[in-house]
Amino acid sequence: MHSIPKNLPTATVVSTSRGRSAQEDPWWVRWTLISLSVLVLSVLVILPVANVFYHAFSNGVVAYWNNLTGDRETLHAIQLTLFVVPIAVVANVIFGVAAAWAITRFRFHGRTILTTMIDLPFAISPVVAGLMFVLLFGAKGYFGPWLQQHNIQILNAWPAIALVTTFVTLPFVARELIPVMEAIGSEEEIAAISLGANGWQMFWRVTIPNIKWGLLYGVILCNARAMGEFGAVYVVCGRVIGKTETMPIRVNTLFEGGTSETYSSSFAVASLLTMLALVTLFIKIALEHKTQADLKEAAKTQQTE
Amino acid sequence: MSIVVKNLSKQFGTFKALDNVSLEVPSGSLLALLGPSGSGKTTLLRIIAGLEHADQGQVEYEKEDVTHQSPKDREVGFVFQHYALFRHMTIFENVAFGMRVRSLPRAEIQDRVHELLRLVRLEGLHKRYPSQLSGGQRQRVALARALAVKPRMLLLDEPFGALDAKVRQELRQWLRQLHDEIHLTTVFVTHDQEEAFEVADRVVVMNLGHIEQSGTPQEVFDHPATPFVMDFLGNVNVFHGRVQDGMAMMGALNIAYPDYPHAESRNATAYVRPHELDIERTPFGTSSLKAKVMQVNPAGSVAKVRVFSEEFGLALNVDLNLERYAELGLKPDDVVYVAARRVRVFMPPAADYSI
Repeated sequence: MHSIPKNLPTATVVSTSRGRSAQEDPWWVRWTLISLSVLVLSVLVILPVANVFYHAFSNGVVAYWNNLTGDRETLHAIQLTLFVVPIAVVANVIFGVAAAWAITRFRFHGRTILTTMIDLPFAISPVVAGLMFVLLFGAKGYFGPWLQQHNIQILNAWPAIALVTTFVTLPFVARELIPVMEAIGSEEEIAAISLGANGWQMFWRVTIPNIKWGLLYGVILCNARAMGEFGAVYVVCGRVIGKTETMPIRVNTLFEGGTSETYSSSFAVASLLTMLALVTLFIKIALEHKTQADLKEAAKTQQTE
Repeated sequence: MSIVVKNLSKQFGTFKALDNVSLEVPSGSLLALLGPSGSGKTTLLRIIAGLEHADQGQVEYEKEDVTHQSPKDREVGFVFQHYALFRHMTIFENVAFGMRVRSLPRAEIQDRVHELLRLVRLEGLHKRYPSQLSGGQRQRVALARALAVKPRMLLLDEPFGALDAKVRQELRQWLRQLHDEIHLTTVFVTHDQEEAFEVADRVVVMNLGHIEQSGTPQEVFDHPATPFVMDFLGNVNVFHGRVQDGMAMMGALNIAYPDYPHAESRNATAYVRPHELDIERTPFGTSSLKAKVMQVNPAGSVAKVRVFSEEFGLALNVDLNLERYAELGLKPDDVVYVAARRVRVFMPPAADYSI
């Protein structure tokens, strides 16, 4: 044990030099990298996206509107998408909250395996995901004959589309919530219980307000992905025009239609999907900011403790 | 509202957090559960609150078995070390929470919240959010929130652990005052012996999942029941030696020990607190130990002197009052003699001895 020296040297203030800091790269490196990024983004992203809108509106707004609404099959595709996507999103929210809760609030064997499994749908190609459901519910699949006997249509109908869409979007909400719930911790929830709240009261009054931005962010991402899903839906929907086509499938059908009319219709529907993507992007930026603030707040309170 | 805990055991995996613990908290008392981390004190508190379930044993409130009751039915107020305030709610809503989930009438909630905020001296801050308050203020909100549901008892888990020294000191005294005003049976967990002794009526010292000793602060401090308690309650010098014929022989220090009048010599360990040692420049008393001064630190209410006995390879801490220190004028490398005014001797159990 050492005693503390009585005369500690006073802390000297080191003034930082005004010159270039060590992390700063020379100007030509910065300019090259920035121009390269801008160039690639322009050629690969901005131009093609702008081109979709150019083609969609090339015959004027009226033609655009007619392309979207004048065709019963296209209208049906939009309706089917608007019907299937909420199912997938709701299923996602329920699963995501439950899975995030289980992973962050309980300690059990196989917890890490569960965390990894949640990511599996991201790793599997959507086409393979579609095939998996064909193998289950198809005429030669495990449940196919039984389903046929009982006159239940899953494949080539909306249930299959809802199933595969849910499958490919499954990780979104859970992945958003796990870090948020991990950072916030369970102390407030235990406090709510100690104050006499029951499970529901605790969940709605304490948990949900704490995770709402993360949850909403997950929902937005899930929604965007669900609307745009093509591969898995393509495999299971049977592509019956006017019956089992979703918006992305309709874009494909119109595009392959061959006439200039279907060609511009195809771009009209595509532009609708693109607009949706842009809206999602803006909401995403706004929400990202909110969730980051929540996480920072959680980190801050933990630090002050 | 008395609390009785009977034969509680709790295991986390292979770790025995509580091992057959029994405890009684008299109604209206303020009791401290004192122990190092891992001693099971927090687990015991959480089991009393119903936030954790025991593997075995019972918890009774006023002769009523509550072992299987939910925290809600137990009606306890619990205060967490890290406050656990609801971050998205205002201070008002935080305090009101317990009453809201019980669906009390609005007007009643309003009155009670303001009454409690007055009690914890935070009137006027009800519109703020927890992140806008200081640590001490947050913990007072947590206390108001716990008291809002008119609990039958108050349980605090290291309530001042996250606060800086000055605020901690203030809040301790304030908790004591508050307890004297409202007489609510209170149990708090702490690892700070000073805090336990300053605030509590009764102190329960825990170690490795069992209770080492319980009693009033005076009893525990003056008559530590085990070497662990002796060691835990602050700085202590340890001597290894033997006892025989009513004497404890610890190196050159011979001290009367009438508790062991037998002729058979036995191994023993003696504990002496730094303030129970005396220093002189010349040999004194029946026996004193020659030592060299290594360090002196007179900053504080006592002068802390560290001496080293070369003969026995033993370093000792001695606390002298400042007048005595000035009188002796000690400097490093001075040769001095040390004697103990008082020792506590603990002998290992006889079973150990036969080996």
